Amino acid sequence: MIAFLYLAILLYVLLAGADFGAGIIEMFTLKRNIRGTRKTLYHAIGPIWEANHMWLIIVIVILFVGFPIIYTDLSVYLHIPLLIMLMGIIARGTAFVFRHYDAVQDEMQELYNKVFVWSSFITPFFLGVIAGSTISGHIDKGAQTFLDAYIFSWLNWFSLAVGLFTVVLCGFLASVYLIGEADNENDKQRFIHKAKQTNIIAVVAGILVFGAALADEIPLLNWVFGESVGLIAVIAATLSLIVMWKWINTTIRFLPRILVGFQVTMIVLAITYAHFPNFVILKGSESLSLYEHIAPLKTMQALGWALLLGSIFILPALFYLYYSFQKKENGSY
Amino acid sequence: MITFDLFLNIFTMDDFLAARSQMALSLGFHIIYACIGMVMPFFMAVSHYQWIRTNQDVYKNLTKAWSKGVAIFFATGAVSGTVLSFELGLLWPTFMRHAGPIFGIPFSLEGTAFFIEAIALGFFLYGWDRFNKWFHWITGVVVGLSGLASGILVVSANAWMNSPDGFDFVNGQYLNIDPIDAMFNDAWFSQALHMTLAAFASTGFAVAGVHAAMILQKKNVLFHSKAFKIAAIFAAIAAILQPVSGDFSAKDVARRQPAKLAAMEAHFHTQKSAPLIIGGIPDVKNKKVDFAIELPGMLSFLAHGDLESEVKGLDTVPEDQHPPVSVVHYAFQIMVSCGVVMLLISIIFFVAMAKKSWFYSTWLLKLFVLALPLGFIAVEAGWTVTEVGRQPWIIQDVMRTVDAVTPMPGIVWSFYMFTVVYISLSIAVIYLLLRQIKMVPVLYDKASDLSTLTS
Repeated sequence: MIAFLYLAILLYVLLAGADFGAGIIEMFTLKRNIRGTRKTLYHAIGPIWEANHMWLIIVIVILFVGFPIIYTDLSVYLHIPLLIMLMGIIARGTAFVFRHYDAVQDEMQELYNKVFVWSSFITPFFLGVIAGSTISGHIDKGAQTFLDAYIFSWLNWFSLAVGLFTVVLCGFLASVYLIGEADNENDKQRFIHKAKQTNIIAVVAGILVFGAALADEIPLLNWVFGESVGLIAVIAATLSLIVMWKWINTTIRFLPRILVGFQVTMIVLAITYAHFPNFVILKGSESLSLYEHIAPLKTMQALGWALLLGSIFILPALFYLYYSFQKKENGSY
Repeated sequence: MITFDLFLNIFTMDDFLAARSQMALSLGFHIIYACIGMVMPFFMAVSHYQWIRTNQDVYKNLTKAWSKGVAIFFATGAVSGTVLSFELGLLWPTFMRHAGPIFGIPFSLEGTAFFIEAIALGFFLYGWDRFNKWFHWITGVVVGLSGLASGILVVSANAWMNSPDGFDFVNGQYLNIDPIDAMFNDAWFSQALHMTLAAFASTGFAVAGVHAAMILQKKNVLFHSKAFKIAAIFAAIAAILQPVSGDFSAKDVARRQPAKLAAMEAHFHTQKSAPLIIGGIPDVKNKKVDFAIELPGMLSFLAHGDLESEVKGLDTVPEDQHPPVSVVHYAFQIMVSCGVVMLLISIIFFVAMAKKSWFYSTWLLKLFVLALPLGFIAVEAGWTVTEVGRQPWIIQDVMRTVDAVTPMPGIVWSFYMFTVVYISLSIAVIYLLLRQIKMVPVLYDKASDLSTLTS
């Protein structure tokens, strides 16, 4: 069950991350190139974007059925960033659909585009803030004031830096993903260029996260480099990055995608492994452990069956969906 | 004066009221998006089937036009549903802390159903001319079926709040949790049936009403006639079955939640051969109803199937456990009257189908245009009955709503924000649909425009 939780989180980060990233890339695309970008982007995420975001629902359901105390504590203390993230989800989902399904193509499109790109930025930023806050140790269940309980739980350098890092990572994922979607050499080179830029920014943002961790007295360095698993993950990610850049012009479009997915997986692993099974680190030396706060056995069994049943239906259909729309891209576009 | 007081209340509400209002608002909008998103795929599939069978282009065009509606409502339904899954925790953390492991299984199954719906919709919307046509058709049907399953599962979770089951509540502890028992609680079937029929009736009447209005304007008549017929048949069947399911629900509520039934009927005093109270203004202080029509013995009959039987009144429940009587009573009256009107129109519709001369007569179409919002008014009213009627409990007889609310202050601001967001979203959706409808001659029905003017 816990494995399923992490798997769903990871899939959400990868798939929805690339999806958010597409909007971020659009934000940082020059006006003269924007039509090409938008077209590629639409073909890439149009059929699959709804499915990508379903993983968030799965994460939430596992949390509130299986780990209700963790779910409710996060809901209480991270109410504000969750709320902003929700607003982002509403704005983004609807703007994306509206811009495609508005029967009249007029100046409204500009509005949809604006909403889409801004919410593509804000939503992953706050997702990152929330993720950062769960391990920042700033959630204080004994807090006496509004600021301590509901604001400083997430408003700290570390959480903000993780938010920024998440945004850049999404952009990186998306640009690598889009390389394989481009239908002409010019676009392809542009996405490669974008991928390089975002890669460099991601490294800078990553260093910022470590800096912020130091400033907030979070032993992030220890978590990542103090354990062999974290260390190996970081080395593996770096190696795969080198391999990816060496082969970036490859015609095998899956290679860079798999590598970039691997890199992000390694980053998630490096950060979460050190304090597993603790899911949330609270102020002081306390934490919320997945083992200790698990729901009663019967519930977990039912949840397990439900997820297993779901996987049997979902996964083949999902793969077929990705496969079908990959195939068609090669053919008709 | 009353509206002014209401206006003032909006700016002086406390956090508890704000949390309840925000939840009501979110559910109130989601229920509409979700109903349309789950029922329209069936209309679409019927039209699609007709196209494959008859090869008439009008059905293909109609399918495509409706699929745009499905996409818009699926997206709004999906995001508003995602928001709700968070709001449960954001607004009612104490409730979720205890209820999550008990009533969460339908939600996890619903996650699956929803996921399948998203996948199937991806296939359907982007699959024109790419797949075998029957495979393509089936993906459309799967969208509808999985949407329906989602709806039933979510209602089953709500039914648990009305009819908690699958645990023992001992000294404030929730012991011996059995989530499967919780899912198949006493209320799940009657509520799911009632809600499903309501979704079909409300969406059917809304869609039929829109197309009827277009026929009346003599625009793309053939196109809109086909659309009208499909939607109206679904609507009419559902509206005719609904009173049966309503009766079933009422008997169920009478047994499980006597306070709710008493509030619905403004039935203050326990009595044998209780009258059915229609309309009227409940006077809660003096425990009577003014200006009501009373049908002797009918409440006893409806609640227990016997004119003489005793119906428990609000006097059997301690006063601090009374739901707000007026709100529930009015909402119930509104729901039933909308339902009765829809039932009558549905009967007329089937008569009209038999008598060809009535069909597409102006008055029948006008009737459907007038009935356009009735289904959704009834849905909102019915939802009010079930939710407000359960108050002050969030889990009937186990946990009070006031004890479940988040400790975070300032919820009222979040309520204002949600109000603005949902109202703008709804304006956007209506605007988009109007533009879709306006563009029918250009996008979906170019050729038939001229030919149908004569028919």
